[in-house]
Amino acid sequence: MDKLVGLIEKNGLIFGFVVIGFVFIIGDILSKTVFRSKIPGSAVSIFLGLVLGYLGGFWTDGEKGISDLSLFAGVGILGGSMFRDFTIVATALGANLELIRKAGWLGLVSLLIGIILFFILGVSIAFAWGIRDAASLCTIGAGACTYIVGPITGAAVGASSEVIALSIAIGVVKTIAVTIFTPIAAKKIGLFSPESAMAFGGIMGTSSGVAAGLAATDPKLVPYGAVTATFYTGVGCLLCPSLFYLILTFFF
Amino acid sequence: MTIYGVALLALAFILGQWVGVLLGDWLGIQANVGGVGFAMIFLMLGKEWLVQKNQMSPEMTGGIAFWSKMYIPVVIAMAASLNVKSAVSSGSLALIAGIIPVLAGFLIFPWIMQKFHPRHHG
Repeated sequence: MDKLVGLIEKNGLIFGFVVIGFVFIIGDILSKTVFRSKIPGSAVSIFLGLVLGYLGGFWTDGEKGISDLSLFAGVGILGGSMFRDFTIVATALGANLELIRKAGWLGLVSLLIGIILFFILGVSIAFAWGIRDAASLCTIGAGACTYIVGPITGAAVGASSEVIALSIAIGVVKTIAVTIFTPIAAKKIGLFSPESAMAFGGIMGTSSGVAAGLAATDPKLVPYGAVTATFYTGVGCLLCPSLFYLILTFFF
Repeated sequence: MTIYGVALLALAFILGQWVGVLLGDWLGIQANVGGVGFAMIFLMLGKEWLVQKNQMSPEMTGGIAFWSKMYIPVVIAMAASLNVKSAVSSGSLALIAGIIPVLAGFLIFPWIMQKFHPRHHG
């Protein structure tokens, strides 16, 4: 048994494939039996992934979910930004360049509306919580954009480390919320075409959440949502600590 | 050859990320601005160019298609490596500031589609 554990720890990524394959089987079975195929297997599996992430944090008090357990470290490699971005780029294989070009301005408009919407709501909610200094408000508003914009903004405007940690937590909650709600809401909000996926990616922004949510809705939409969502974090990092912070300092 | 497809994908990935980092530097922020988006566009252009030259074999396409199919498993692995516990337990402000704007986004989405989508412009 010790030998097997050692072997697994040495070949973490490979064991990660086994683990995720296993999660997928369970997700698929649950989808077919409990949810009668109303919720796709991939959506159930992604949710199970979140549960594993929670359990990992519960058992280890670490920050990287289940991958903090040495046995499951490979899951962290497989789910890290390198493989995530590499596989998102690969989905462009099925995308139509002409469609992306045509809907480009729709993507741009929704990108700007999305960042402004999330920032203003984040700041308003923080304000309602009694926070009054511009740096903290700005960092929390940025965290409502994505969990990368939050800490980058916080560091730039000199927010406290508690506020920066909070902004990361807000961003992660956002990613989880988009992941879970997208397949549920897709039909009601008319999210079915490549153009709508591009606008959706622009508004929601969190590229992990958008791509996961679209994957659970209709995998064909993933590249269109991803192509706009990928600009969200960058534009957010550009606007939040500069223009938005400047505007906030006028008020606080 | 399958590796040609994987190599094309990898090349587009590196070039795209590079453009993203350069753009971030140029804008004076410590972030990668749209690296994935640029990489996707490079991959589509590269594929288009090879298709026109009749150099895009099914095997080569397969080398890219494999990775695009690995996308959902990678997302599951990503979900399992998120700091879910801290996100859920860092208090009501984190939950509310994380969820309410998302719900607002869902509400505003149909309006944006109606307002800005060319098909509804008449």
